Amino acid sequence: MKILIVDDFSTMRRIIKNLLRDLGFNNTAEADDGNTALPMLQSTSFDFLITDWNMPGMTGIELLKSVRADAKLASLPVLMVTAEAKREQIVEAAQAGVNGYVVKPFTAGALKEKIEKIFERVG
Amino acid sequence: MSDDFEKQLVKQANQLIDHLEAGDNQAAMEAIEKLYQGRDFGLFQEIGKLTRTVHDAIRNFHVETDGLERTAAAKKEDQGESSRIEDAKDRLEYVIRLTENAANKTMDMVEETVPVSKELRETAMNLKGDWERLMRRELSAEEFRSLYKQIDEFLDFAGTKATNIEDNLSSILLAQDYQDLTGQVIKKVIKLVHEVESSLVCLVTMASKVESITGIQYEPSSEAREEEYLEGPIINAEERDDVVASQDDVDDLLSSLGF
Repeated sequence: MKILIVDDFSTMRRIIKNLLRDLGFNNTAEADDGNTALPMLQSTSFDFLITDWNMPGMTGIELLKSVRADAKLASLPVLMVTAEAKREQIVEAAQAGVNGYVVKPFTAGALKEKIEKIFERVG
Repeated sequence: MSDDFEKQLVKQANQLIDHLEAGDNQAAMEAIEKLYQGRDFGLFQEIGKLTRTVHDAIRNFHVETDGLERTAAAKKEDQGESSRIEDAKDRLEYVIRLTENAANKTMDMVEETVPVSKELRETAMNLKGDWERLMRRELSAEEFRSLYKQIDEFLDFAGTKATNIEDNLSSILLAQDYQDLTGQVIKKVIKLVHEVESSLVCLVTMASKVESITGIQYEPSSEAREEEYLEGPIINAEERDDVVASQDDVDDLLSSLGF
């Protein structure tokens, strides 16, 4: 299980990385925005993508849309972990094909629950 | 718009109507020309005032104005005051640096402590098996001597590791000292923002006068709209109904969409 964590703040990437390790996911990689994440997703095989929304360069929603538009990546499970909390944004992310949405600040429990739920669904 | 300017416009417009009604086309053309001149003059006056207000506002914004062409007297007047915005930016950078350091320091300590605690738990669990056999009097004399020694070692080990954990917890506690320092810095910046805000209100009032004379309509740039859309953390979620207030709200919304 290889997971890519995308966030422009290194501390947030580190927090998520630590929480994932507690959940038993040790194989993670990091990117600081969509522009760096997309080539990584295309060149290496990842099983799961966790991304922030508001990042310089390419935002998380643009990354999600690019992933869904790429035949090879289209079925990659994507969890959005973001401070963006407007209803219309959550609807937009859902319509763009997000698999889960966690608002910051979040708890370890919430992150765990969403990840498990996504794996349950995608099998 | 000044009252004089408006009165002048009304007067000239009435003259124009009089000339037209009297069939004096040449005089009417002259009146139209005068109206134009009056409009331009009014505009120049407002722009003149706006320029002055902009200058005052910039001074009150405390921005670095070295790049602007100004008189030596104005430069002298601004000295010492001009760099407060620059200073505020430095202060906020300092806040980012301090909070980032604290977060990293705390995570360093956590990452260092978790394996220590794990090692303690695993060693205790290993001993527990033998200890239970001892309680059930199932240990041979040989095994008892081995356990006796292991327990002795474990007690030393537990003491050392507990000290290690306490030291790390204490470092985590100390890493929270940024709250006091950043709080003081942010309060200073808030004060400056208040000052700049009042200058800005003045400037906006002035600019709207020019807008009303020229008929300019303000359209927010697409960049401003984008900024508005990506709002980031919501600080007053309870008072708004266009945002979610908790993870439960997110889950409810998503399940209503068929998730």
